[in-house]
This record gives sequence, structure tokens and C-alpha cells, in this order.
Amino acid sequence: MKLHEFQAKEIFAKYGIPIQKGTVIERPEQLDGITLKYPVALKAQVLVGGRGKAGGIKLAKDPAEARERAKAILGMDIKGEKVRRLLAVEAVDIGAEYYLAFTVDRAARRLVSIGSAAGGIDIEEVARTTPEKIVKVHIDPFAGYHSYHGLEMGRKMGFTGKLLLQYAAIASSLARICDEMDAELVEINPLAVVAGSLLAVDAKLIIDDNAVFRHEGLPRNEELTELEAMAKAEDLSYVELDGDVAIIGNGAGLVMSTLDMIAHFGGRPANFLDVGGGATTENMTQAMDIVLRKPGIHALFINIFGGITRCDDIAAAIAANPPKAPMVVRLTGTNEEEGRAILQKAGIHAFTDPEAAARETVKLAGAR
Amino acid sequence: MAILVNEQTRVLVQGITGYQGEFHGRRMLEFGSKVVAGTSPGKGGGAVAGVPVFDTIAEAVAQTGANASCIFVPARGAKDAALEAIASHLDPVVIITEHIPVHDAIEIVATARAAGVHVVGPNGPGLTSPGKCKIGIMPNTLFKPGPVGLVSRSGTLTYEIVAGLTNAGLGQSTALGLGGDPVVGLTFQEAIEMFARDPETKAIVMVGEIGGAAEEEAARYIQASVKKPVVGYIAGLTAPPGKRMGHAGAVISGTEGTAQGKIKAMEAAGIRVVDLPGRVAETVRGLL
Repeated sequence: MKLHEFQAKEIFAKYGIPIQKGTVIERPEQLDGITLKYPVALKAQVLVGGRGKAGGIKLAKDPAEARERAKAILGMDIKGEKVRRLLAVEAVDIGAEYYLAFTVDRAARRLVSIGSAAGGIDIEEVARTTPEKIVKVHIDPFAGYHSYHGLEMGRKMGFTGKLLLQYAAIASSLARICDEMDAELVEINPLAVVAGSLLAVDAKLIIDDNAVFRHEGLPRNEELTELEAMAKAEDLSYVELDGDVAIIGNGAGLVMSTLDMIAHFGGRPANFLDVGGGATTENMTQAMDIVLRKPGIHALFINIFGGITRCDDIAAAIAANPPKAPMVVRLTGTNEEEGRAILQKAGIHAFTDPEAAARETVKLAGAR
Repeated sequence: MAILVNEQTRVLVQGITGYQGEFHGRRMLEFGSKVVAGTSPGKGGGAVAGVPVFDTIAEAVAQTGANASCIFVPARGAKDAALEAIASHLDPVVIITEHIPVHDAIEIVATARAAGVHVVGPNGPGLTSPGKCKIGIMPNTLFKPGPVGLVSRSGTLTYEIVAGLTNAGLGQSTALGLGGDPVVGLTFQEAIEMFARDPETKAIVMVGEIGGAAEEEAARYIQASVKKPVVGYIAGLTAPPGKRMGHAGAVISGTEGTAQGKIKAMEAAGIRVVDLPGRVAETVRGLL
């Protein structure tokens, strides 16, 4: 779960990481009573990236201009996300910009601290074009993270004296946040030199969805579309795409492969829903309801390989509520015979071969 | 032969009194696996499907000689369950449980590594050596003993490809699912090293998906060290960047983890990569 900048900064402040003085507002009028020194920076609080380029960050030199700009940003649409809140902070004169983060290195199967003297820009771009500017320290799960890791990294990033000590202290705090908050990613970009000291000008914190249960008092942030939220409430995995073929399958790998098959035969997936392992008749009924709510669906492809999931449960759901959209069913695996019998009685044909079924689906979608 | 499990494997089911633990414990027995014990703290002394239930692994091992584990314990208790199995040197430790926090997975994997224990998963279907032993949740009826070693990151896609192999008359030495989480124990490379050493395995199938760089790493190893034919398939060619595609690990971030990148690396390493799962079997046959 992604936190907003202001939420991440509240946590940073608790751990002693220096941040700008600021306040969160939802309406332009709320700027009136604030005690910030002008000029201020107004920053849209959205979970999607690239808000600066989209016009979601503006400077204001006085209260009148701040109200004007706040009015423009609040309610703005940034990559499909509506801006509901602004973070107003005292503008600062930024010197050198650094990057610092802790995240999971999948290949090393450890946490890793990543630092760079080339901060303030897209770090993946830095990693690709000038990998020598990236400094990494992997954290031994038994020995843990210690201050000397930060000092070593800081030296490689060119810090000396007071800034070096500050850098190591901030890195230690970030390591504690990563550990104690079950972070997938905790990032400061830029970590900037302002008036001779380091300051976390931006803050990113993503908490592992699987660990949310052991952290009380976390905000509930959702970047889901309405249908994605509906599916999540039913413990189904739904993702929206932009074609016209709705897809239901069981198991993430099989579903991804089904999307690829549809594309291979010239179709365009509109969305997909993974009913997971052990899907029941109720799950399947909800699944069909959710994928077909999306406008502009021209065909539905149901691709089930029964393992824990039983073909007869799936067939019963389809037969009880046959969808209105043109549909192709591929059904094989556990209780396949029973499933086929149920569908046959309802006059529905079920394919065994996934490729033949995918071709038929694309044909149906194209006929519309 | 086969890898990781065989006729000598004595399976302990952790969480055997739960819904999934009991259901799949029975299926493993039907398959012919030697399921010799189960654990369920507080329920020691009972039995499930004739299998004795213990409170602790230490007692189960002392009384039944269990030497491998299958974990169905829910995510909140899964780290503790895995560490207990590793401490008793059960090997492999197969973790079926999904939604385990990634910080817990890191600790489990590091502890297993230090103890020299193989962890398979979490969030995978387990592994099956047809005619010998199954640990996990793969359907019993798909398999047939034979020369193909299969390693995959997904569950149902593994079933799809195993069924294709079996229908084409190609049996399997071992079929193994690594799990769909960002951090898992056994890697593609480790599984492929074992298949390369296993005299029964004559051809290897690797089924990957978007996210991470494990397929690329395995491809480099295959190019340098594997003489047996390898057939590959990668799911997620049409997945958009930044979207989590069901598996927690299946997300393309920045320039990393794309299907195109993986396919290119695998083809460069001499792996025959097919564009549809249904083409795996015929391609394997052509190489055997």
C-alpha cells in the first residue's frame, strides 16, 4: 500500500528525519490561517507518479497567489487520479540533490540500501545510463543494518564532515522505518542540501500489503478503480486493461498466459479476473458480474484449469446466470465430466483446447 | 531419481487440521506420498486421515522419522512454522501459504540457506515426482513418470503444461513450482542445476513470467553449464508496466522484468522459447 507524501513525512518526522514545515489542505480557504513563511510550494497529494510534469506542483509568492494556485490544483486529474489534498510547504533553496532508499532486492533475496549523488531525477534512468553513480549496500538479515553502512555509503557518495554524519543518521532512521513498517520501498528523492544541512524534500513509502495486518493506525489508501475495489472486497484479483475481450481464469500464471494467447490471435484483452485457487460457484458468479460491468466488452473468455478449483462449481455458476455477452468457455481438470454435463444441459459448449477457444473468442469479438 | 523428493521422502504436514491442510494431506496420501505426521499446536494426540497429529515438529520427527515438510499454516503463523521446520532440518520445506509478508520471506530464506535446507515457495503449488512422491497441491491425475524436468513460477500454468506433456506421451521426472512471490527460496537456477545432474531427466522445461530477473540469471547459467535441451515459455508478454498481475512478483518496474527481455536472454542462451504453452510438448519431443 502506497502512502501519500504527507503521510510518509509524518512517519519520517517521528523517526527524526528533517522535513520542511508544512500543512495539508483540502480547500483553498484553509490556506488563510496557516503560519508558513512565503513563498510556499503547493504539492498535489496523489499516489501516481509524475505529478510535477503534470502540473501538480506550483510555487506561490504570497497568500493571494497561493489561493489561486491551490484552486487550480485541487480537483485536477493526474493520470486518472483526482487531487483531493495539497501539501503546502515553505519553499527552500535547494543545493545538491541526493537519492536514498531501502527496498527489497528480489535476486539477492535481501533488503538493499541504494544511494546516489545523482538525486532529484528518475533513479531507474540513472541506473541504466550511469550505473557507476549508484551505491548499494545489501543488508544481512542476521547482522542487520548499522550506522557504519551509512558512513561507508556516504563516503562513496562524496559526503564529508557534518553532512556525512547527517547522511548516516538519516539512513539509519530510514532503515528503522523499513524494518519496523514492513516497507517494500522507503525513498527520499531528493535528499537535498539546504542551507548547509540535509533535508528530505520528498518522501515515498510503500508498505507490503501482506503485512498491513500487523500495523495499527495506517491510513487506507486505494489506487483502485471502482471495479478493482469491488473485486478486492470479494478477495478476487481484477485488473483493468484497454481492449474489448473480458477474461476470467484461475491462477495468475494461467491468466497472464490467457491474455497473451488472446493477443497472439489478434484480440485485445479489456480486463482480467483471477478467481484464484478453490473458487466457488459464488466467486464465479461475482467474477462474471464484475468483468462484464466494464463498458465496451465484445466477448468473454473463461479459461479454467481445475486443480483445487472444481469444474462443476464453475459450470454451475455459468449455467445459472449465462452472461449476455458472447462467451467462450474452456474447461478442463478436476471434475471436468460433471462440469461439461452441467453446461451441455444449459446448451453451452465447452472447449478443452485453450488455443481453439482463444481463436473462437477473438472471432466472436471481431464479429461485433 | 528425480529431484528433491523420492520414495524415501517422509512428509510432515504443518497445519494438517486446517481446511487446506486436511484436504491436501488426503490428496497426497492418495497420490502415494508417505505422509507420516502432521502438526497443529494444541491438537497433539489426534489423527487426520490416519496420520498422527503432534504439537511440535520435534515430537513428530522423533516418533515418525518425518524428513520433509509441507506448510499450509496461514500467513500470520507461517514464518514461525517455517523456522521450526528448518530448525528440525526437514528438507525440503515446501511453503504453500500465500500472502506471507516479504520481510518474513527474507528471514525464512536466509535461515534456510544458513542451515542448508531447501525452501520451495512460498505461494507455490509444491512439487511432484510422478510415481514417487508429491508434496503440495498439484492435481493427482495429470502426471506420468518420464524424462522431462519442469520448473515454473506459477501453479495452474504448470498444470496446463504438464497435461500437455502427458497427453503427448511425455512423462515427468519432477515438476516443481517456485512460487509467485517476490522473494522465494528455491530459484530457477538451483532447480535447473539439480535437473542437469539428475540422470533420469533428459530435457528441461522452464516456465517463467514477468517480474524480477531470475529467468535471465538462469539463462546465463544454462548457456555456460547445461548440456541437456531446455524449452522455455514466458507468460505476461502483453502485461502493462506497473500493474500487479495477480502474483505479487509479477509486475514490470521501469525497464526490468519484461517478457521480451526474458525471451531475448533465454533465446541467446540457446533455450527454445515457444510462444504458446500448447507448443511446449511438441518442442520437447523434437529435442529428445
